Amino acid sequence: MAFNRRRTEENIFKVLMIAATATVISTLFVVFIVVLYRGLPALTWAMVTELPRGGYYLGGGGGILNAIVGSLYLALGGTLIALVLALPVALFLQRDYIRNFKLSRAIRLSLDVLWGVPSIVYGVFGFIIMLYLGMRASLLGGIIVLSLLELPIMIRAMDEVIRMVPAELKEISYAMGATRLETVTRVVCRQAFPGIISAMLLAFGRGIGDAASVLFTAGYTDSLPQSLFDPVASLPLAVFFQIGTPFPLVQERAYASAVILLLIVLTLSLVSRFLTNKYNKYIVR
Amino acid sequence: MLENGRSHISVRNLSVSYGKLEVLKNVTVDVPDRQITAIIGPSGCGKTTLLNCFNRLIDLKEGVKVSGSVLVDGADIYNDTSVDPTEIRKKMGLLFQKPFPLPMSIYDNIVYGPRLHGSYSRRDLDQMVEKQLKTVGLWEEVKDRLGSPAVRLSAGQQQRLCLARGLAVEPEAILADEPTSALDPVSTQHIERTFNELKKNYTIVLVTHILRQARRVADYIIFIYMGELIEHGPAEAVLNNPREKRTQAYMKGEIS
Repeated sequence: MAFNRRRTEENIFKVLMIAATATVISTLFVVFIVVLYRGLPALTWAMVTELPRGGYYLGGGGGILNAIVGSLYLALGGTLIALVLALPVALFLQRDYIRNFKLSRAIRLSLDVLWGVPSIVYGVFGFIIMLYLGMRASLLGGIIVLSLLELPIMIRAMDEVIRMVPAELKEISYAMGATRLETVTRVVCRQAFPGIISAMLLAFGRGIGDAASVLFTAGYTDSLPQSLFDPVASLPLAVFFQIGTPFPLVQERAYASAVILLLIVLTLSLVSRFLTNKYNKYIVR
Repeated sequence: MLENGRSHISVRNLSVSYGKLEVLKNVTVDVPDRQITAIIGPSGCGKTTLLNCFNRLIDLKEGVKVSGSVLVDGADIYNDTSVDPTEIRKKMGLLFQKPFPLPMSIYDNIVYGPRLHGSYSRRDLDQMVEKQLKTVGLWEEVKDRLGSPAVRLSAGQQQRLCLARGLAVEPEAILADEPTSALDPVSTQHIERTFNELKKNYTIVLVTHILRQARRVADYIIFIYMGELIEHGPAEAVLNNPREKRTQAYMKGEIS
């Protein structure tokens, strides 16, 4: 009897796990298919190569090159700034530098809290600072706020992979007379390289897809930015504005914009996969 | 302290504790120069801790307190503030239980240490790689694939690579912490044979829980039990005629 009960348990949980996995995957596919089904027909060459012409949001001609370029500028800039700050923080969080476990735990906890802060809060915070400084909505403002949004994600994701580096690997390096910096840059970063790339990608994905943080700080415009101090358009806001119009044609273009956003993230995933595969073979398991 | 020969590493009144747990209690012992010294004892007795004191790797462990002193070539590596831990570590090659190649090519593994301490021409590095790989008997097996990842080697080859990597820094001593426990018998034999060759030029300290291994290679024995140094002396004497009761019991397999 006992044997049967355990087997039934096993089977029930197996079915539950399969059902949960299937729900998640199929939801993802439905989103993909709906976006592609409605977006692909509207995705024309003009969409990705032209700026919006007069009356674009009423169904006029043109494209959303302004939003594509703007989003790339914003997300690449934000990710770059976040990377420059995140990698040293993630490396510093390790036991090699912070011996006090309570301190590193407190830092990790605050980063996790920051991770959970809604992006609109970052947006409003950035907006207030910019008002105080007399800045108007601009590419620079957007980049800075996006980097703030991406930082906790990037640091914690890097931190998790760097923590997985075997202690022995570091000890080997120290045992050969390496300093902490040498050990961290030559051994730890190499071993954690694929994870560091994934962390960057995760943060980039969060950054490029976020509408609320750039709403006040980067603004929106139909032209391309000429400097860091010009306002700039972004894809998530382009989707938002187009879907909000009463014209079916423009709404279709909102889906097409979403397809472009997906394609950008997909391309980056593939590039990073290629990069990590190149280095994966050296990794010590 | 030693009846014959020079001492390379001298331990004086060394105590080590993790928090409230005392893992080494007032140990005083000398490690002879250019011989193989085996530290034996049951697991958890403090063998590895003692080994890690020799190159100050113990500094990296959390909440550890060290008192007493360790003298390497006469310099007190714990109390003499002019001693740089990285210099001490450079003098001691280290080998772990499990082979840990660095996440890079075979070639880069060997030159990792030398590159930290100086700049060499490509030719010097090439020669260094060949010399060290020949010392550990790996050259013939890998000479055609020096650029391939070190992790692709077998466990036995990896451990020999790790030994070669340690030797490339030109240390004075080799500290080995159960270096063969993850290896097959043939690879074990290979490592032991290499140790026997290397003792002409290096002091070797070998932590092992395999008594037969100690019998095969050791010239000098240090027996530790529950953090205490019980007995030490030439291998022949300690292994065949142990004076202490606890050593006798350990030899017979009564305590482990």
